[in-house]
Amino acid sequence: MYEMLSSFAQTWGLIGFVALFAGVLVYALWPKNQDKFDDAARVPLEDDARPAAASATEDNHG
Amino acid sequence: MTALAGRPKTGLDANAMIVGGILLLGALWSLFAAASGADANMRLHAWVIGAGFVLGLFGMVGVYSNGGVERDPAQYNETIVKYGVIASMFWAIAGLLVGVIIACQLAWPALLSWDALPQLNFGRLRPVHTSAVIFAFGGNVLIATSFYVVQRTTRARLAGGVWPWFVFWGYQLFIVVAATGYLLGITQSKEYAEPEWYADLWLTIVWVAYLLVFLGTLAKRKEPHIYVANWFYLAFIVTIALLHVVNNLAMPVSFLGSRSYAAFSGVQDALTQWWYGHNAVGFFLTAGFLAIMYYFIPKRAERPVYSYRLSIIHFWALIFIYIWAGPHHLHYTALPEWAQTLGMTFSIMLWMPSWGGMINGLMTLSGAWDKLRTDPVIRMLVVSVAFYGMSTFEGPVMSVRAVNSLSHYTDWTIGHVHSGALGWVGFISFGAIYCLVPWLWKRKGMFSRALIEWHFWIATLGILLYITSMWVSGIMQGLMWRSYDSLGFLEYSFVQTVEAMHPSYIIRALGGLMYLTGALLMAWNVYKTIKGDVADTEDAVNPQSAAIQPAE
Amino acid sequence: MAKKQNPIWGWHKKVLEQNSLVLTVGVLAVVSIGGLVEIAPLFYLDETIEEVEGVRPYSPLALMGRDIYIREGCYNCHSQMVRPLRDEVERYGHYSLAAESMYDHPFQWGSKRTGPDLARVGNKYSDEWHRDHMRDPRSVVPESIMPPYAFLETTRLETEVVEGRLRALRRLGVPYTDEMIENAEADLEAQLDPFSASYDAFLARYPGAPVRDFDGNPEMISELDALIAYLQVLGTMVDFSTYEADADENLR
Repeated sequence: MYEMLSSFAQTWGLIGFVALFAGVLVYALWPKNQDKFDDAARVPLEDDARPAAASATEDNHG
Repeated sequence: MTALAGRPKTGLDANAMIVGGILLLGALWSLFAAASGADANMRLHAWVIGAGFVLGLFGMVGVYSNGGVERDPAQYNETIVKYGVIASMFWAIAGLLVGVIIACQLAWPALLSWDALPQLNFGRLRPVHTSAVIFAFGGNVLIATSFYVVQRTTRARLAGGVWPWFVFWGYQLFIVVAATGYLLGITQSKEYAEPEWYADLWLTIVWVAYLLVFLGTLAKRKEPHIYVANWFYLAFIVTIALLHVVNNLAMPVSFLGSRSYAAFSGVQDALTQWWYGHNAVGFFLTAGFLAIMYYFIPKRAERPVYSYRLSIIHFWALIFIYIWAGPHHLHYTALPEWAQTLGMTFSIMLWMPSWGGMINGLMTLSGAWDKLRTDPVIRMLVVSVAFYGMSTFEGPVMSVRAVNSLSHYTDWTIGHVHSGALGWVGFISFGAIYCLVPWLWKRKGMFSRALIEWHFWIATLGILLYITSMWVSGIMQGLMWRSYDSLGFLEYSFVQTVEAMHPSYIIRALGGLMYLTGALLMAWNVYKTIKGDVADTEDAVNPQSAAIQPAE
Repeated sequence: MAKKQNPIWGWHKKVLEQNSLVLTVGVLAVVSIGGLVEIAPLFYLDETIEEVEGVRPYSPLALMGRDIYIREGCYNCHSQMVRPLRDEVERYGHYSLAAESMYDHPFQWGSKRTGPDLARVGNKYSDEWHRDHMRDPRSVVPESIMPPYAFLETTRLETEVVEGRLRALRRLGVPYTDEMIENAEADLEAQLDPFSASYDAFLARYPGAPVRDFDGNPEMISELDALIAYLQVLGTMVDFSTYEADADENLR
């Protein structure tokens, strides 16, 4: 039981985690995403004293 | 706009009915438990719990006879954040004070223990201290800032009508129930998860409400992006829910009794506990406060975060790796070695995302380093990130089995925890509160900038005394335990090592006292600011544009 | 107001509202992996707990003592886990086995030694020493920083709750028999009296349990009786003469 689990973890587990990490890296470093991230980074700096007005009453029910 | 004329209120809606129902059920349970509880402690504790529920019901009658809670979608809910700030300040002082008391008990045991008052023995007060600083102070800071940040970064009012209030007051009730329970001796004995089954159940209800309020606000956001701070808050809320539920699985002796037995035992229970314990550090004291870092440092410095890309990698790597680190609390124990090795490996890997986050926080200041000199609040925030870097370096070192064989069971661990708790968690929280108070109460700045400077320096010196004295006593004790004389016998008896630590314990108590003094100065500063005694020239650094505009 | 949804708003609702849920599920998935991989196998791998003889559930009196140990927060300063390091084995005794805490709900391994490890404190000191030590720790160890627990010997033990506690533990898998549960309160009293009629029956149920009046006051069943009964059994159950650390089934 122990041997089976550990051999699985040391092969497929390793490959899986490396792939997962590579996926995060690709997403984060993909050049096309740069604009999106720049926008997002400015979110805290561009707020108003009030919530955004668009359809403010509507989504009260949403 | 019509919204400005009268403040729309919810009226007696379905949410109010549900919350009222919950409180009523709680009050009824308390009544039964007080009358016919299975043990004496339960019958006593039920009065405290019942009082909480009855107060809650009275509060609801008061609010709803006045039209209900405000729900104006054109206004942020800042009132609840104000409550959170004041509660944070209160619990900070309570928790630090108990910390100083128990530090003194270790330094002067004969002077500070009383036969007639077992409630105030170290064993019962220590969980009061840890819970008060972590869950009461830290938790209130997290709830308050998350409610503030999620509104500001989604441009939407907090969702859920009465539910955020349920979360806030329900959480305070949990704290009071937990702390009074410890004094009575009601505890599960699982560190940082001491409250008994009924308090755990209550926290679960409150926490689910918290998650739903947070998700509801994200869902109605007017901003396409979910800002990275919210990711960290979300990871904190979700993971704490998971940890709390699994680690507190227990079998109550009676549903009207104060005692339960943990579902797991021995090895399995040990690893479950430290899976919980280490991730209470990882997700409560790290992820949650990183969210504060990602909002308040850019905001205060008026510059976007250094690298948003890094923050994404930081986030996923941190939450993935942290969860594995628990077994490093169990090196050389009866836990199977493969689990210890896994825990150690991931703890060392954890160094990378931790420092990624630290770099991201520090470098946000790049190009504006002069603010470190001119703005004590920025300095506090940045020093807190530096402490974060220090303790997340020390942590992986201590997780190495060879180092751990020396450090484990000693004060080195205590020092390590406090460099993170006082330096990182404490300072980032104080910094956030120093930002929030003028923003929320629409003041030009804090009442006294000099007091912030005093707070910063006294507290920093206090931390240094604390952690250096614990390094000395911890490493010394570890070395004394394993020291042999020339004949091959153990050189020191256990109590000789205790005696040798006495000077360190005095210095530690002094460090704690200084840190508490800083917090008291802060409380005074906050009080004067809220009262409106802000001089024109004081602390003009105040990037929150909204604060200058009238609120209504 | 906004009767007609603009396309951006529609897209927003459709994709991004879901995204916060996607994010939630993603977080939950990512943080579950580590816990599952590390904790779940401990329940299934036979190698996790050694095969040893002698470990049995606590007697009712010792269990009540253990609950007092927990109530007073003793675990804050005392570990119950001797590590397999030379100095610890010499100072405290044989290193702790996983089997020794298999009935501990929850475990009491501790994380800090402000005071010494207690995993093998049983039979190390006399009951009289424990009495003096609880009354005033500094009367027997002048440099001690432990608080006094004098009230334990004057506080009556809540014996009537013990049956329910055994029952709760059985629901969690601790092998208390019907007989043990029925006799819980009687067994608790029997352990305090070497001359009681149920002496043999008690020892048949809890082999090796010490039987005597622990607090030196036969007039009252005090909390100190229970606590000392617990301390005196700590680390004494396993017969180490029969334990082979190198045996296949004990290699982990």
